[in-house]
Amino acid sequence: MPMWILLLVFATAALAGYKIISDVPSLLHTPLMSGMNALSGITISGALAATALASGTGSRLLGLAAIILAMINVTGGFLVTHRMLRMFRKEKK
Amino acid sequence: MTATIIMIALVLAGIRFMNSPKTAVLGNALGAIGITGAIVLTLLSQGIINRGDLWIAIAVGSALGTVLAAKAVMTKMPQMVALLNGFGGGASLLVALLAVAGIAGFTVDGAEKSGVLIAGGLAIIIGGVTFSGSLVAAGKLDQRIRQTPIILKGHEAISSIVLILLAASLTLLCSAQNIPVLPTVLILTGCSLFFGMVWTIRIGGADMPITISLLNSLSGLAASIAGLTIGNLLLVAIGAIVGAGGIILTGIMCRAMNRSLWEIIISKTPRQTSTPKQPEKKTETRAEPQKKTEKKNPSAILKESQKIIIIPGYGMALSQAQKEVGQLYEKLENAGKDVSFAIHPVAGRMPGHMNVLLAEAGIPYDKLREMDEVNPGFRDTDCVLIVGANDVVNSAARSAEGTPIYGMPVLNADEARNVIVCNKDTQPGYAGVDNPLYEQKDYVTLFLGDAKEKIEQLIEELII
Repeated sequence: MPMWILLLVFATAALAGYKIISDVPSLLHTPLMSGMNALSGITISGALAATALASGTGSRLLGLAAIILAMINVTGGFLVTHRMLRMFRKEKK
Repeated sequence: MTATIIMIALVLAGIRFMNSPKTAVLGNALGAIGITGAIVLTLLSQGIINRGDLWIAIAVGSALGTVLAAKAVMTKMPQMVALLNGFGGGASLLVALLAVAGIAGFTVDGAEKSGVLIAGGLAIIIGGVTFSGSLVAAGKLDQRIRQTPIILKGHEAISSIVLILLAASLTLLCSAQNIPVLPTVLILTGCSLFFGMVWTIRIGGADMPITISLLNSLSGLAASIAGLTIGNLLLVAIGAIVGAGGIILTGIMCRAMNRSLWEIIISKTPRQTSTPKQPEKKTETRAEPQKKTEKKNPSAILKESQKIIIIPGYGMALSQAQKEVGQLYEKLENAGKDVSFAIHPVAGRMPGHMNVLLAEAGIPYDKLREMDEVNPGFRDTDCVLIVGANDVVNSAARSAEGTPIYGMPVLNADEARNVIVCNKDTQPGYAGVDNPLYEQKDYVTLFLGDAKEKIEQLIEELII
C-alpha cells in the first residue's frame, strides 16, 4: 500500500479519534485509558504477519514474543476495563 | 479492505459509547470485537490461519492477560495500565525490528524503501521508549522503585548523549545506502530502551497522571508507525486513534496541574526556589461568619451538617480507605444529608482514578462531581471532608505567587463553613507548598492519621 494513503489514513483516524474521545467525561477517564490501552494492542495484527513471514528461528522467536506481549495487552486491557465499567452504577442496589 | 474498514468503525463506535457510563460496557465490548475481528482478518488474509505456533502464542498471551486482569486491584489500576501499556509498546518495538532488519522478509521496493526505514526507525524509538518508560512508571507506581525523582549523576548529559545517538543512528538508517543495518538497529533499540528509563526514573509520583497519559499516547503512536512500516492499515488507523486519545488526556492533566508538557518531557520537577510569599490574610469573602464554638469533634460537625462534600485524594487510595468512605457516605445519606464527592482531575495517580475507587465502593456515579461543577457550591456547603488530598485543595494556588502551584485550578474547600482534614499529616503535598488551610484553626478541624482508620473511627462515633 502506498505510503501517502497510509499517511492520509493516519491523519484522518487521529482527527476522528480526537473528536470522539474529547466527548468522554472525566468520570470515565481511567476505563477510557485502559480501554484505549487495549486497543493499542492492535499491533498484534502486525506481529502475526511479521511472525508468519519470518524466515530464521531467531526472528520467529522474536515474532512469537511480540504476539504474546500484544495479546497480554489486548486481553488484559479489555478485561480490566470491563471489570471497572461494571462497577459504575447510578443508584444504590 | 471492506472488512478492515468495518473493524476500524467498530473501534470508533466503541469509543463513542464510552461517553456515558450507561453504554460504556457495550463500548468496551465493541472495541474487543473489533480487535478480535482484526486478528481473524489478519490470519485469513495472510493465509496463516492454520499456523499452530501463532495460535499457541495467542493462547499464552491471552491466558497471561486474563490472569493479570482478574488479579488486578482497583487501587493499583495505574500501575496495571502502565504495565499493559509497556507490553503493547514492546510488541510494537519487536514488529518494527523485524520489519526494519528485513529479517521478516517484507518485500520493499526501492522507491518505498527509505519511507519504510524512516517509519521503522521511528517505531523502534517510540516502541522502545514506551516499553522501558512504562515499566519504570509501573515500578514507581507500585513502589518497587522510589516514587520521588531519581536523578543520576550527570543526568542531563546522559540524556543528551543518548538523544544525539538516537538522532544519529536514525539519520544513518534513513540515508542508508551501504550501511550495515543490523548494528544500527541494535544501537537504536538499546538507546531507546535506555532513554525511556532515564526519562521516567526522574519523574515524581504526582506527575504520573501526565506521564501515563503520555505513554498511553506513545503506545498508540508506536503501533501506528509500526503499521506504516509494514503497510498495515489497521495498525495505522487504530494506533492513530489511541495516540490522539492519549494526547487529549495528557492535555487535560497538564492544564489541571498547571504544568506544561515540555516540563514533564524534560522531567523538570517543581521545586521551590524561594519561600512562597504568604498570601494576604483572609480577605476572601466567606459565606457566613464562623460559629465561634469551642473545638468540636469531627463527628459532631458532620452530624450538624446538612450539605457535605467529600474530597478524596491519593491518600485514600494509598490507605485503601474507599470502602470505609463508602460506608460513611451511606450512613450520612441514610440520615437524609446531601452528600456528594468533588473530584479534582489529577487526584490520584491517573486520570479518573478516584472515580473508579468510589464506584468500587458502591457510590452512585451521579454523586461524583467534577471540579468546575462543584466549585461554585462550596460557599453554601456546611462541611467539607478531605480524605488524603492536599495539593488539589491548596488555596495557595490562588494567591501565593511564585510557588510551583500558583495558577493551578484547585477545589475551593476553604470556602465551606467547616472543613475536616483527614490526612496523614500536615506536611506539604508533592508541590512542596504549605497549605494555608491547616492554619485556619477557626473552621478547620485536623483529624490526622491513616485515612482508613480515621474514617472507621468517624463512622463509629457518628450517631445519627
